[in-house]
Amino acid sequence: MNPLAITSYTITTALGAGLTDNWRGLESGRSGLQPCHFFDIENLQAWVGEVAGVDSVELPSSLAAFDCRNNRLAWLGLQQDGFIAAVESAVARYGAHRVAVFMGTSTAGIHQTELAYRELDSDSGALPDWYRYETTHNSHSIADFTRSALGLSGISSAISTACSSSAKVFASARRAIASGLCEAAVVGGVDSLCLTTLYGFNSLQLVSPDPCCPCDVDRAGISIGEAAGFALLEGDAGSAEYALLGYGESSDAYHMSSPHPEGEGARLAMAAALEKAGLTVADIDYINLHGTGTVANDLAEANAVARLQAMAIPASSTKGWTGHTLGAAGILEAALGLLCIEHGHIPQTLNTRRVDPALNANILLRPLSRPVARVLSNSFGFGGSNCSLVLGRLP
Amino acid sequence: MSVVYVEAVGLFAPGLVGWANSREVLAGERAYSPAESEPLPKYKPTLLPANERRRATGLVRLAFGACEDAIGERRSEVSALASVFAASGGDYTINDQICRALLEPDPMLSPTQFHNSVHNAAAGYWSIATQSQAPSVSLSAYDFTVAAGFVEAITLATLEGWPTLLALFDNDICWPMGGARPVNVPFSAALWLTPERSASSLAAISMALEEGPRDQSPVSDPNLESLRLGNPAARCIPLLQILSRNSSGSLYLDTAGGQSLRLDVTPC
Repeated sequence: MNPLAITSYTITTALGAGLTDNWRGLESGRSGLQPCHFFDIENLQAWVGEVAGVDSVELPSSLAAFDCRNNRLAWLGLQQDGFIAAVESAVARYGAHRVAVFMGTSTAGIHQTELAYRELDSDSGALPDWYRYETTHNSHSIADFTRSALGLSGISSAISTACSSSAKVFASARRAIASGLCEAAVVGGVDSLCLTTLYGFNSLQLVSPDPCCPCDVDRAGISIGEAAGFALLEGDAGSAEYALLGYGESSDAYHMSSPHPEGEGARLAMAAALEKAGLTVADIDYINLHGTGTVANDLAEANAVARLQAMAIPASSTKGWTGHTLGAAGILEAALGLLCIEHGHIPQTLNTRRVDPALNANILLRPLSRPVARVLSNSFGFGGSNCSLVLGRLP
Repeated sequence: MSVVYVEAVGLFAPGLVGWANSREVLAGERAYSPAESEPLPKYKPTLLPANERRRATGLVRLAFGACEDAIGERRSEVSALASVFAASGGDYTINDQICRALLEPDPMLSPTQFHNSVHNAAAGYWSIATQSQAPSVSLSAYDFTVAAGFVEAITLATLEGWPTLLALFDNDICWPMGGARPVNVPFSAALWLTPERSASSLAAISMALEEGPRDQSPVSDPNLESLRLGNPAARCIPLLQILSRNSSGSLYLDTAGGQSLRLDVTPC
């Protein structure tokens, strides 16, 4: 495929709002994880990557119907790194109706429904009057909020394939642009802390009692995080520095909540992304692993990397900084990959002390300082949904 | 102009169980009288292994009802299909159970309940049932989900060359969520789309985006029109009518941004 220009991007995570704070956190080895105090939860032994100040974000009155934690986080994220100005520039060039929106999320504003259930009418069982489903809980609320906040009238869609959601938005956007349905697309992902995921992953015994340590021999599960990330993709590269070079999507066809043990679906996604980019394993400088920190995921992913003959390529998981941001993980880790290219830096696997000897991959425990031209970023989700992205500099 | 070919159609809705049984009603040769038809039975997926079938929720079964109807006897071909699962909403029954469990001081969710709560649950079960490792997209665009589903499925087929199964499905919504999002009737349709014309192609569909909202192709039968408006997935009924008559025709589908997706259908 022809490279698809990434003309602007931004992320907001537990490390801070915007690229600068996230880069500083990555470079300095400062984790954004903290013991879970979200919603005054006291009965979960867990660490979370909570974004500071989300509760105090105020949406403009024109967007008041969208008010919920997820859209507040989205609004905070949109304000960073001149992203709104970049989209305005695209609108000036193409028209608002020629800029599409593809947003990934797993739970959108489901926390609003969790709150509303605390106020069910004692007689009728009805939800409270203040509750709005369409603009908060529904998966598309994040796409509609983004579209409305940016004044866009292009086509929009929410991709919801669990933890691969906001990697797959790149694929959907590329298809729409290449088919002439739009000239540019805002892609991204927003997922925010909620009780459903905290207690849900806990029920699967996949939540680590300590900060997650992906690929460690003693890894004990994930730390859940939240994040908002956005990128502007344009068919016309202009003076853009970075691009999506390839993407690969696959299905495990194995189990609803466990990865294929040999990582067959993951291997297929990585191989497809490389093929689409016209590259081989040797062209990749860094693999940003999905690396959740569960026993099964990290083993399956390492098996996939080994079967791809990519075991020598420096690889790490950045979940120890941000937590697993679920439906926002794809865009977040694509953006972290671009930061690695910009700064010539390959991060270590934070919190990890001793790499599991069963993992046949080059898992970094110390950062590397060297030029990075191309990054392979993995995102895998429940239901066996896999997506790999190849990102790089435009020639 | 992006063109795909319809290889097969599946349908699973009240009074419209199975595409072959429903063509006369859709073509206007027989009245659609939903009040007289049986309520939609709980579908028993035949492609799913028994242990997975036990865990499959009502929404997953609804999707399978149409998808397996579209596949029919051609089971040997399903592992080659990509898929798009387009549903406006998720599994409200599961969500209701989870939200009630979360009211307890020490919330206990079941692992199965949790993995069934993801928007791509139907897609996950489908890939297990069909052993397809091809790309699969699960999406929502609220009331505009049918248009978004066609965009995704047609571009997957035309741009990437995948034969693609497009599932359009939404369940009726239980109380109290149904008070906030009234959907009173289940509906599920599936279209097997291919990038190339085959000997068994039923019709060609081309897609174009047009500025501004258009007349959204209402249907003349008041009961079918009520179904079309009563479930966001049923917005595809005008397309199913054209296909059932084996005729040419066009329809417009609203997109979330206010443009219209025009689908032009030509029989093969």
